[in-house]
Amino acid sequence: MFATAVIVFREVLEAAIIIGIIAAATRSVAGRSRWLIAGLAAGLAGSALVAASTDAIASMASGIGQELFNAIVLGIAVLMLAWHNIWMSSHGAALAKSAKSVGNAIRDGQQECSILLVVVGLAVLREGSETVLFLYGISTSDGSGASSMLLGGLAGIVGGVTAGYAIYAGLLRIPMRWFFAATGVLVLLLAAGMAAQAARFLIQADILPSLAAPLWDTSVALPERSIAGMLLHSLVGYDPRPAGMQLIFYVFTLAAIGLGMKWVSQSHRTNHHKGTA
Amino acid sequence: MNTIQSVLLSCRKVAVLVMGTAAIICSSTVMAAEAAHVLIIQDHRFQPAELVVPSGKKIKLSVENRDSTPEEFESHDLNREKVIAGKSTATIFVGPLAPGRYSFYGEFNEKTAQGVIVAQ
Ligand SMILES: [Cu+2]
Repeated sequence: MFATAVIVFREVLEAAIIIGIIAAATRSVAGRSRWLIAGLAAGLAGSALVAASTDAIASMASGIGQELFNAIVLGIAVLMLAWHNIWMSSHGAALAKSAKSVGNAIRDGQQECSILLVVVGLAVLREGSETVLFLYGISTSDGSGASSMLLGGLAGIVGGVTAGYAIYAGLLRIPMRWFFAATGVLVLLLAAGMAAQAARFLIQADILPSLAAPLWDTSVALPERSIAGMLLHSLVGYDPRPAGMQLIFYVFTLAAIGLGMKWVSQSHRTNHHKGTA
Repeated sequence: MNTIQSVLLSCRKVAVLVMGTAAIICSSTVMAAEAAHVLIIQDHRFQPAELVVPSGKKIKLSVENRDSTPEEFESHDLNREKVIAGKSTATIFVGPLAPGRYSFYGEFNEKTAQGVIVAQ
């Protein structure tokens, strides 16, 4: 039962942290909870579908369908996170200034913010399909401990959701002045970590070369299966034995989104000054 | 005349580049195509539990799950993870590996599903 709880906890934690950060980042979007629930529901339904068709997906593209599927889902999520962050940087200053009436200030930006909520569905879809498969495997195995294992699965889900909620609640305590900068950095790191994960799947499928693997090895000092390792993996994409290609994807995504944010916020500022002068 | 020559020259450069890239891609697929190493999952165990592979080159693993329940091939040493549905076979590429021992396990049945890849 304990082993089951740990496995499920690990899968749920990753999705829960992503949802926690995104729920915080979209705090001022009207009707956000409806979007969140819709994203969750769509993600769960998709997970069941993906779990049921694992066989078919895996055999697609001569046995590397699963890697391609994961890489595509991650890639779409990265693009959406990038788009959101770059858009936000053009309005970030204005938002921070009118912190007292945030609701009004970003009414024009609600559509852009709601893009983030699709990422919730994608995160649930990716992490959820494995959990569904695993729990399904347990429930069909004729072992006597099936029900206690399912209980363990439930404990794992509760644990993961609690951790995600803790992140969400913690972010909401950040003063408004820093809030958008803080969630912006977290979303940026999430995107870079996802890009590196996508690279790992493409290496596994032999579509990309690994380039020096592993680049370093910190698996003894900070194992991926430790609590700190799992948290760092979900938050910033920590990998104790990354391939060179993963680091390239990570740094490139970080730089591309970072430069995009900088460029957009600068051009926004100069336009603004021209307008008022 | 001069322009035509330079265009032809640059075309040839492009052609060489394309051919070179194609050759690299082809050679990597040829490399990948040769000799898959077979692992079998049965009764939540890996067979063989110790798989010897050559070091310094890319390895194609073919993992056949004969159980009716899904399994997840996972290895922190190899930085790989892949879900394998019941009664199906999956392909996983690893390496090139430095000589040494790389452990892997089935995440859904960790107690019994343990194995090691020995690169030499
Ligand atoms: Cu936003």
